[in-house]
Amino acid sequence: MHPLIELKKAGFSYGGGDIFRDVDLHLTKGSFHFLTGPSGSGKTTLMKMCYQALMPNTGTIKVFGKDVRAMDRDDVAIVRRRIGVVHQDCQFLDHLSVAENILLPSQVAGRDVTQDLANLNQLLKWVSLTDHMNALPPQLSGGERQRAALARAVILSPEVVIADEPTGNLDWDMAQRLLNLLIELNKMGKTVLVATHDMNLIRASRQSVSARVLRIQGKQVHLAGADL
Amino acid sequence: MGYFGNLASFFAGDKQAERIVPPTGFTARLTSFTAAAMAFLTVFALALSLATGRLADRWSAELAKTSTVRISAPEAQLAAQSAAVLNILNTTSGIESARLMSEVEQRALLEPWFGSDLPLETLPIPSLIEVVEQEVGPDMDGLRLRLTAEAPGAVLDDHTRWRRPLAAAAARLRLLGMFSIVLILGATAAMITLAAQAALAANRQVIQVLRLIGARDNYIAKAFVRRFTVRATIGASVGMLAGMLCIFALPSAAQEGAFLTGLGFRGWHWIIPLAIPPIAAFVAFWSTRFAATRSLDRMT
Repeated sequence: MHPLIELKKAGFSYGGGDIFRDVDLHLTKGSFHFLTGPSGSGKTTLMKMCYQALMPNTGTIKVFGKDVRAMDRDDVAIVRRRIGVVHQDCQFLDHLSVAENILLPSQVAGRDVTQDLANLNQLLKWVSLTDHMNALPPQLSGGERQRAALARAVILSPEVVIADEPTGNLDWDMAQRLLNLLIELNKMGKTVLVATHDMNLIRASRQSVSARVLRIQGKQVHLAGADL
Repeated sequence: MGYFGNLASFFAGDKQAERIVPPTGFTARLTSFTAAAMAFLTVFALALSLATGRLADRWSAELAKTSTVRISAPEAQLAAQSAAVLNILNTTSGIESARLMSEVEQRALLEPWFGSDLPLETLPIPSLIEVVEQEVGPDMDGLRLRLTAEAPGAVLDDHTRWRRPLAAAAARLRLLGMFSIVLILGATAAMITLAAQAALAANRQVIQVLRLIGARDNYIAKAFVRRFTVRATIGASVGMLAGMLCIFALPSAAQEGAFLTGLGFRGWHWIIPLAIPPIAAFVAFWSTRFAATRSLDRMT
């Protein structure tokens, strides 16, 4: 099976120093990966390379079979509609309501937004934000914002969902609730990559999903073993 | 959809897409005000240019096909020399007619300078002969030689020394008016570019979010371009109307054709300022597009 996202000997350096060297990573359809490592180890950098916010200095990255170096900015935009991204800081347009923010990807993709309204209602129900659909993002709590960000990430039904420390600012219950939503997405066939430094969260997921755990160590990515 | 359809849909806009960029009250007002001020100035530059053109045409038309022969001679010889000059003029090819001006006409010419109670009969006034030339005028140098030979007191004035500097001054003024319009357009483009760049920089976070969710640069640029184009068009329309009203309210041109009272539009020239808002829209569109493309390139 061809990986949806594939890194081969990918390297990234910044300010003269290597952040990664020779990283190999294959995200196949329907897989669930955790990416872990201490703060500052480069989890966010690696994820940004997966959705082309950053380009590798060495090696190759293929997304949906296409080399990222061969893509222009329009190609990148089209690819990003197939990858839902959830940031730790969510990144909303604060002057738009929660519902409008969730519908944004549909709007920028040029789809008829009215046709996505049914999807929106289902998504709002799924992330338990129906009562907050007209609220502005700053009026939401941290957990609500993360759930809204997840709803926005999946409104276009992307093949891949990338979440960068989505539970970083949440209490344990809320973190588990969000993790369960990500697991549900995976069970629907989505490829999921979650960056987290919270090992308890990874352990808690073991009963629900068969996830591979990747650890960033020594500027390289390793498959984590029994030490988890 | 045709060109006008595209234009109409551009100005009608997409309400949802428009909301993506947060409202920016200050830059909005600044852009509209700049466009209004520039349109107002453009109306005046246009009026100046057109009035200068009219004045130059009138001066040229009035002076181009006429000349004057002035005969200054002792009173005893004045009639004889005048008759000789008339005779020469009537037999010279290229001259339509030649006519000795009456005392009443001469008084009317001097009246603006010396008043109406001038005792003209007591003054040694030279005789004046008005010459109307044909389409192809006479050989002025040959005519001068003949006049000097037959009537030593006759001086031919073909108005060239008046006409040339007047025509040159009018042409320069017209050019200056046109240059002012080009400068105004350039300044408008520069100001809108700066305002658009400021708006794009202020909305960096919005642009990052839009890119993250798969917005193309063209989509992002469009949201800004439309906003600035609409503001500039509205501002320019208001400025143009204000300018036209001010021109309309100017005193009407005096019979004497004084330049300042002749500043304004005549006939179909009133239509020309109506082109200002579309031109402002064009300038704003490309200025904002240029600013957006550059800013988005830098944000990569």
